[in-house]
Amino acid sequence: MLAIRKGTSTRPGGSRAAARLVYLFPLAFLGLFFFYPLAKIFGLSLAPEGRLNLEPFRTLFTDPYYARLLAFTAGQALLSTFLTLLVGMPAAHVFARYEFRGKSLLRALTTIPFVMPTIVVAAAFTAFLGPQGHLNTWLISAFGLDAPPVRLQHTLALVLVAHVFFNTAIIVRLVGGFWANLDPQVEEAARVLGAGRWRTFREVTLPILTPAIVAASLLVFLFCFTSFGIMLILGGPRLATIEVEIYRQAIPFFNLPLAAALALVQMVFTFGIMVVYTRIQARSAVPLNLRPREATQHRPATWGARLVVWASVGGLMILLLAPLLALVDRSVSLGGEYTLRYYQALFTNPTQSFFYVPPAVAIRNSVLVAGGTVVFSLFIGLISAYLLMGPPGPVKGVLDPLFMLPLGTSAVTLGLGFIIALDHPPLNLRASPWLLPLAHTLVAFPFVVRSLLPVLRGMNPRWREAAGVMGASPARVMREIDLPVIARALLVGAVFAFTVSVGEFGATLLIARPSFPTMPVVIYRLLGAQGSLNQGQGLAMSTLLMIVSAIGFILIERFRVGEVGEF
Amino acid sequence: MSLLEVTSVSKSYAEAAVLHDVSFRADEGEIVSLLGPSGCGKTTLLRIIAGLETADSGQVTFDGRVVDGVPAHRRGFGLMFQDYALFPHRDVVANVAFGLRMQDLPRAQVGARVVEMLALVGLAGYERRRVYDLSGGEQQRVALARSLAPGPRLLMLDEPLGSLDRALREDLMNELRAILNGVGLTAVYVTHDQQEAFAVADRVIIMNRGRIVQQGTPQAVYRQPASPWVARFLGLGNLIPGRVAALEPPRVDTALGLFVLGEAHNLDVGREVTVLVRPNAARPTNNDTSEEDVVLEGKVHDCSFRGGHCRLVVKHESGLNLSFDLPSGVEPLPQPGETITLALRLESMSLLVEDAGPSGGQLV
Repeated sequence: MLAIRKGTSTRPGGSRAAARLVYLFPLAFLGLFFFYPLAKIFGLSLAPEGRLNLEPFRTLFTDPYYARLLAFTAGQALLSTFLTLLVGMPAAHVFARYEFRGKSLLRALTTIPFVMPTIVVAAAFTAFLGPQGHLNTWLISAFGLDAPPVRLQHTLALVLVAHVFFNTAIIVRLVGGFWANLDPQVEEAARVLGAGRWRTFREVTLPILTPAIVAASLLVFLFCFTSFGIMLILGGPRLATIEVEIYRQAIPFFNLPLAAALALVQMVFTFGIMVVYTRIQARSAVPLNLRPREATQHRPATWGARLVVWASVGGLMILLLAPLLALVDRSVSLGGEYTLRYYQALFTNPTQSFFYVPPAVAIRNSVLVAGGTVVFSLFIGLISAYLLMGPPGPVKGVLDPLFMLPLGTSAVTLGLGFIIALDHPPLNLRASPWLLPLAHTLVAFPFVVRSLLPVLRGMNPRWREAAGVMGASPARVMREIDLPVIARALLVGAVFAFTVSVGEFGATLLIARPSFPTMPVVIYRLLGAQGSLNQGQGLAMSTLLMIVSAIGFILIERFRVGEVGEF
Repeated sequence: MSLLEVTSVSKSYAEAAVLHDVSFRADEGEIVSLLGPSGCGKTTLLRIIAGLETADSGQVTFDGRVVDGVPAHRRGFGLMFQDYALFPHRDVVANVAFGLRMQDLPRAQVGARVVEMLALVGLAGYERRRVYDLSGGEQQRVALARSLAPGPRLLMLDEPLGSLDRALREDLMNELRAILNGVGLTAVYVTHDQQEAFAVADRVIIMNRGRIVQQGTPQAVYRQPASPWVARFLGLGNLIPGRVAALEPPRVDTALGLFVLGEAHNLDVGREVTVLVRPNAARPTNNDTSEEDVVLEGKVHDCSFRGGHCRLVVKHESGLNLSFDLPSGVEPLPQPGETITLALRLESMSLLVEDAGPSGGQLV
């Protein structure tokens, strides 16, 4: 019924002002935990003792060690990108142009490495290609050798293989996704005009695909440029990216000003790449006649085509699955027998001192931190998504990339910022149990935003109005209309946040208290320690983490709406 | 007193005026149609009445009380959206029950009312269907049932048949009128289709560019359009410009000759006017015209058979093209190029005077 009280009625303007206040949460969060630490890094690198002092930068620019460091960082990233393209392009082509049995499953499987924590990948490659790994064991027994023939431990080659493993999904998804919608008639027209198969690819297909290829390559380059876990574990003490060097300066050497200066240099590069990437993304929207995928794909008709399909997809699957299977296998085998000894050992603390706590405690820690991350990320992400939901405008044009910025900042830099900014007043959170969830939320909440936005934008605003006209108050509209519609996307966001948090390594290694290690930190310690029991426990813990990530991945694939993995 | 009173409502978006000083009333039990081309502001007006938009100035009064500050969910009105806005995450029953649940009615009462509503719109048996599996016509019925279920005292319908094909529209138009009359509630019906407005409404309000240009019963509006623009919008295209030549009796000088019109108007000699000739005004003649008829001679431009009638387009030597509907009994059909003589009945003509008001210049 009409409840009309003149003057006291809730004007829309009043509630809108209150709603605006809620929008301050994500901005305050970013300001406090992202921009403030970043500013502190700036300050510390330029003025370590409060006065302008360019000594850290002088070291960087005069010591040839750092020139080599930068050259190596960029060089290995370039090489990794090239190799990733080499592996990814054939698969992208096959997934884009052919229809075959099990395709959607196989296509989903290519994404698995992308959700795997770097630490798990590092452990998996140790299990697969290490001195006691599967490949060497098999070669030794097959050819009766005395020593492992494949010696990749702590070599660039091993790092490169792991990078390819990690990033092939990006090429397959980004380039393949674009390719799949490309009208095959363009290619057919070239064929009719007399261009051969190769010529057609070179002069028609490739130029059209170029923006997508460049964008995907830049992304791969960016990830490899800031590679941390892979380089730290597989590269050994002699190989280091800038990211690894920041960690070494900050933690073992405790030279924070130099670490901050390095972080600043790295940021200049990564943001430069990000700017180029966004430009290309925007420009790649050429007016092409994009077609639904059903119209561009067909079954492989000839034996040659079948061979291409099975060789590229099969090869890819071996590359992607073999290390993970090797990891599982190694974690349950001891002296040629299957056993759960390593898993049991996780719950004991035989040396009493070295690890402070039984490794299994790290599982509890990880779950606690991930739980906190989920709560924070959903809260911040939900508000941010509502803020970005409406039609594009100048404010949203600024906010949208702003909310993505933490994703483009390297994990170690984020951790370093926390160490520098948040361990003394006015914000002393050094010993706070909230420090890790807050850091993880920085990286996790953009995923929540990305999973929510398509759903929120797809909602018909009339639904809310219809509910309102029928007597539902704004709060009730939220509960009855918005919440049920976005529930799935919210669940996907929560799983994303959980998975990201559980696997987060770089920032965690810097800021986790020694007495409160998470799973990745314990794996790192175990793999770095001597003795087969430590190694075995590391692999067992990695397997557990892999299973958690894989379950997260399955949930995301099952419940996501549209492509949430968009960058 | 009227149940709904809209007084001097104006609204602009980013400097562009969407509604300009709009006032109208709707009496209890009356079906009022807001009729106008797309972009004329009729939907905005509806949303202001519903409380989904705020007017820049003016007032909306319902049942004697000003409702301007009342949020949409406290107004207790019903609104049927153009795209229906059915909740995709709810089945048919849950959609219809929504408004009832908002009133916190007991479960049994809600259930009974939903059954009643579904029976009213002819959807008994559709209870558990998902709304996106329904056809357009079925969705339209669910939307109608949903907006009727809470028993609103005012129902607003925004192009309720807009997204349906023509045949379905015809059926549902009649059904909708029967249901609205049966329930006996006050309704504001927005449409751009004059046939729909005429069929459903007790009174039509014609809007153009944010202003009301005419209101009245469908018959009155059709009989005497307020301006050439209204006539054209209603599909009456035979508009002949002229000048008042004499007053007693009123005579108008046009390119087709001198028209003697029986209606009295407040006119001055020399005033520019428009003569509207309805399509049914003409019959073929063989020198048997009566004195009141106007005789028109022209060349047949086109003649097409339309079932009940023939659509004849005649080109007059002055360059004017006139369309007429001839009874299909006429044999043989006039052929293009032939010269034809038609007698135009006086009672099928109206004199339109361009409104000299502020909107006058905009009316084409």
